[in-house]
Amino acid sequence: MAILVVAEHDNKTLKDATHKTVTAALAMGGDVDILVAGEGAKSVADQAAKIAGVRKVLACDHASLKRQLAEAMQEVIVPLMDNYDAVLAPDTTTGKNFMPRIAAKLDVMQISSITGVESADTFVRPIYAGNAMATVKSSDGKKVVTVRPTAFAAAEEGGNASVETLAGPSGALKSKFVSEELSKSDRPELTAAKIVISGGRGMGSGENFAIIEKVADQLGAAVGASRAAVDAGFVPNDYQVGQTGKVVAPELYIAVGISGAIQHLAGMKDSKIIVAINKDEDAPIFQIADYGWVADLFTAVPELEAELTKAGY
Amino acid sequence: MKVLVPVKRVLDYNVKVRVKSDQSGVDLANVKMSMNPFDEISVEQAVRMQEAGEATETIVVSIGPDKAQETIRTALAMGIDRGIHVKTDAEVEPLAVAKILKAIVEGESPDLVILGKQAIDDDSNQTGQMLGALLDWPQATFANTMVKDGDSLTVGREVDGGIQTVKVSLPAIVTTDLRLNEPRYASLPNIMKAKRKTIEAKTPEDYDVDITPRLTTVKVAEPAGRTAGVKVADAAELVAKLKDEGVI
Repeated sequence: MAILVVAEHDNKTLKDATHKTVTAALAMGGDVDILVAGEGAKSVADQAAKIAGVRKVLACDHASLKRQLAEAMQEVIVPLMDNYDAVLAPDTTTGKNFMPRIAAKLDVMQISSITGVESADTFVRPIYAGNAMATVKSSDGKKVVTVRPTAFAAAEEGGNASVETLAGPSGALKSKFVSEELSKSDRPELTAAKIVISGGRGMGSGENFAIIEKVADQLGAAVGASRAAVDAGFVPNDYQVGQTGKVVAPELYIAVGISGAIQHLAGMKDSKIIVAINKDEDAPIFQIADYGWVADLFTAVPELEAELTKAGY
Repeated sequence: MKVLVPVKRVLDYNVKVRVKSDQSGVDLANVKMSMNPFDEISVEQAVRMQEAGEATETIVVSIGPDKAQETIRTALAMGIDRGIHVKTDAEVEPLAVAKILKAIVEGESPDLVILGKQAIDDDSNQTGQMLGALLDWPQATFANTMVKDGDSLTVGREVDGGIQTVKVSLPAIVTTDLRLNEPRYASLPNIMKAKRKTIEAKTPEDYDVDITPRLTTVKVAEPAGRTAGVKVADAAELVAKLKDEGVI
C-alpha cells in the first residue's frame, strides 16, 4: 500500500501538522511519501525528507501553488493518485479546502478529521462537535482522509528520504489569490502551543484581552478565544477555538470568562489539564475543568499574573 | 443571476446529543430538528443578494425525508423564491449529495451555489468543495465577506492564519462561515407567503444518482468523558497545583 501525505507549510517552514499526519499514515501501514506543493518551497521539501519513516518526497514548485488554493492542488494531486492507495492531509483550513475536490474527482467519499486509525480502511472520527465518536469503514478503492493533528503524536525526525521534482499544473485557474491579512504575533501558534489561555464573552472588550496576554507572555502561551468573543469583535477570527474554529489539545488550557458552550468544548476538551476562571459557579466549563476558580476574572487574572511573577515566570 | 442554496435538516444545535445504547448512532427520535446553522447563513446571503438586485432568482434545495420540506419552508419564509425537495429516507453522504446537486445545477443553470461550510451533524465539511470539483467550478470556502464585482466574486475567507481574499470567476461555489451575516427571523406574513411558494418533489433516481453509502458506520460511541476536578480558592493555590502537574 502506498500513501501520499500532503505537507502543510508556508513555503518556508514545514508545519508540525505534517509530522502528525505522517504518524496517522504510518499507522495505516505501507509506504509513505510526502508531497510538498508550493512556490520556492525547496527548503520545505528538505525538511520533509528528514521525517523518519518517509520513503520519498515529491516536490512540486509552481507559481500557482504559492497559496495552495484548492483548484491548483487538485491539478497536482489527482494525477498522482494513479500511484497511491490513499492520500492524507491535515484538517487545517488548507487541507479542508482542497481535499474534498480530490475525493470527488476520484469518486471517493472522504473521511474527515480522523482522530484514530483502526486499520488501513477503518477510522475513528468525531461527529456532532465531538459529542459522539464514529468508527467508519470505507469501501472505496482509494482513501481520502483528513487528519486532526492534535489527535496524533508528531513523527520523529531522523529520516533521509530522496526528493523528486514534479512538473507544476498547466492551464488557467478560475480562482486567484488577491490578498491576505494574517494576524501577526510573537506568541506560539494556537494549534501548536503547549499552553493556551483563552478569553470569552466575559472579557467584555478587546482591550481587556491585555490582561490575559500578560499571563500568556509569562507562560509562553498562545491566546485563544471563544466564538462569543470573536463574534463580539473582541479578537480576530483566527483566535477562535471550537467546533468550527481551531481544535487545540495543549498540556494546559486556561479558559477565562468562558461559560463552556458545547461548541467551544469541542475545540479544547482533549487538553491535558483544563483550568477555568469564571464568576458563575454554575458555568458548564467547570464540569470538565481539572481546576476551577470561581472568581471575577478582572481580579483573578491580575492575581494570577502577580503570583506567576512571584514564582519567577 | 440565479442562486442555488442547498440546505440540510439537522439536530438542533441546542439539543443535547445522545449516543444510542447499542452504539448504532445518535438518537434522533423525537428531538428538535432545524436548518443547519451554516445553511441559514447561506440562505440569508442569497436573500440579501436578491434584495440588492444582484440575484434575480433564488432556489433552495434539500435532500432528505418528508420533514426536509419544513426546512425548505423555513428558507422560503426567509425570502427564497422556490424549493426543490429530493426525497429519500436514506442517509446521503456528501459525495452523493454533491452528485445530486450537480444534476440540479445542470438543469437549473445557476451562476452561484452558496452552501454552509459544514453540517453540524456529521461535521464533514465536504459538499461544497466536492460540487466544485464535479462541475469544474472555482470555489471560495469559509466566506466571511462576499462582494460581487461584474462576473466575479471577491470573497474574504476565514483561514487558520487570519483572512485570505480570493477572486473567483462565476459560475462559482461559495461556502459560508459564521460571520458572513446574521440570518433574519422570518416574519409572520412571510411565513404565510411561503406556504404558497412551490416546492418541486424529486427523488435521487430522477437524477440518476446512486446514493449507496461508501462508508459503513461500525459503531458510534460516547467520547472519553472528563469529570469535574477540584476548585481552587486563589492564585497561589492554582499556581501550586499547576506546578505539581508539571504543566508550567
